[in-house]
Amino acid sequence: MPDIVIHTNKLTKRFGNFIAADEITFEVEKGEIFGFLGANGAGKTTAMRMLCGLSAPSSGEATVAGFDVYKQTEQIKMNIGYMSQKFSLYEDLTVLENIYFFGGIYGLNKKDLKSKSEVLLNQLGMHHEAKKLVKTLPLGWKQKLAFSVAILHQPKIVFLDEPTGGVDPVTRRQFWDLIYEAAESGITIFVTTHYMDEAEYCNRISIMVDGKIKALDTPANLKKKYGATNMDEVFFELARGAKRAE
Amino acid sequence: MMRTIRYLLQKEFKQIFRDKSILRIILIIPIVQLLLLPLAANYEVKNINLSVVDNDHSVYSNLLISKITASGYFKLQSYDASFKKAMGNIESDRSDLILEIPQNFENNLIRDNEEQLFVAVNAINGVKANLGGAYLNTIVRNFNGDIRLQLITPQKINPMPVIEITNANWYNPFMNYHLFMVPGILAFLVTMIGGFLCALNIVKEKEIGTIEQINVTPIKKYHFILGKLIPFWLIGLVVFSIGMLISYLVYGIVPLGSIAMLYGFVAVYLLAILGFGLLVSTFCQTQQQAMFIAFFFVMIFILMGGLFTSIDSMPPFAKIIAGLNPVSYMIDVMRMIVLKGSGFDDIKFHLLKIIGFAVVLNSWAILNYRKTT
Repeated sequence: MPDIVIHTNKLTKRFGNFIAADEITFEVEKGEIFGFLGANGAGKTTAMRMLCGLSAPSSGEATVAGFDVYKQTEQIKMNIGYMSQKFSLYEDLTVLENIYFFGGIYGLNKKDLKSKSEVLLNQLGMHHEAKKLVKTLPLGWKQKLAFSVAILHQPKIVFLDEPTGGVDPVTRRQFWDLIYEAAESGITIFVTTHYMDEAEYCNRISIMVDGKIKALDTPANLKKKYGATNMDEVFFELARGAKRAE
Repeated sequence: MMRTIRYLLQKEFKQIFRDKSILRIILIIPIVQLLLLPLAANYEVKNINLSVVDNDHSVYSNLLISKITASGYFKLQSYDASFKKAMGNIESDRSDLILEIPQNFENNLIRDNEEQLFVAVNAINGVKANLGGAYLNTIVRNFNGDIRLQLITPQKINPMPVIEITNANWYNPFMNYHLFMVPGILAFLVTMIGGFLCALNIVKEKEIGTIEQINVTPIKKYHFILGKLIPFWLIGLVVFSIGMLISYLVYGIVPLGSIAMLYGFVAVYLLAILGFGLLVSTFCQTQQQAMFIAFFFVMIFILMGGLFTSIDSMPPFAKIIAGLNPVSYMIDVMRMIVLKGSGFDDIKFHLLKIIGFAVVLNSWAILNYRKTT
């Protein structure tokens, strides 16, 4: 029996009459790379925000890293990393200052901060940029940095909301190398994306349509099930019926 | 956890000192406000434009006119042949007042012992014209008194005892308006810096999305709030000190009361006004919203806080509002300590109320700040 790190049961979020996430039920295992797919407006970000403790669910239940999303949001926050759609490091701080700040508020001590930032800068090849303001970096570098900062405190799970939007193919490849490395070190990856090649990199994927989860399996099984040769076709097959326009 | 707050403070100060435009504003605001406002804002009305219609052309009427122009308050705008012409000056806004001296002014004054003068006031600029009317009244009364002294022989007893009122302006003997305005402007300054900077700073984090990154960390709400409060509290005290320095260097104002007590009060007041800023920021999503809401309140706070118009002469409902207005206590205490040299006993109720504001506003802000929506 593998460890379950995310468990949801009929998790729902309503905004007035609008049901952004409609009774979603799924489980994510430890160390998995879990792809969370769906068209714009399908409810991916809403679901993710509920799991991160940023948004209170309307009904249903869910646990993240063993903690309840209603009552134990602060414990959840100790155990997760999060990278939102908007770039969210401080642009007017340097690379190193961002690393120290976010590491510091997760409670890393001076010694850890020093060694971890060293490792991180090596990994990203950003030694020369350590003292540059983040706003001067190209987008791809910023995203890689944001990811590394999000897992600096070795969370159990990291949530990535369209981390590679607008990033060039080479940098995207490098980004996924970072994701694999993190997964190998035991961090569970929960990632949303619109790139179907990236979906293929995931262990399992779910596809959301109009707030509901329509499919959940490994990429290979999904392709078999829908008689498709690639993930693009699977996605089209499922998302074509979507009623919600952007 | 002191460590978390330390990291927050480091980050905040780095950002503040990197933002050169904000830094410049922090320095420029006190200098400009303290140099400009006290010199411009003056309750004394001068340069009242006067039109005179002299129908008498006598020695006395000339004497009266020269007395009026010599007072320094009036500028003789025109010397008209008829009231109608003078009225034309008022209509075209060249004059604020008309003084009409009737025919036989001199004769009537001496023979009948009485005479009427006619004063017409342009009430469009009501304050100026009314004050002008009052000044004119005083001058005419003095003139009258002078003539009586000359006419009435010493043996005769004045038919009516005259009570003369003389004024002594305590705490500000020369009615120096700078002395009155500067402490008020210092209060205004601290309010602006405290009320706006902090609110805008937090809402900016909402706009660019970094607050979400903060909200997903295990940071405690009060850590975050303290991390924002402390830097702007210190900035407020620095700005206040710059202001005090300018008022000493430019206007020679040295507080009569204890400077330590003044700082103590300002320190607490800043907490209250920062709490207001924090509270505004919890309700707003954009800097534009925050700016307008903060501006709306600060505007009312300042205008009803007794900086320009006295609270004592406001109607009852306005006095109640002033009681709920932290700025009015600040302006009051500034003037009390700086001009009167008031001691702790005099300001303790003010202090208590400001502590009340600080506690209520900050607790409300912390309660209203949501890490989870």
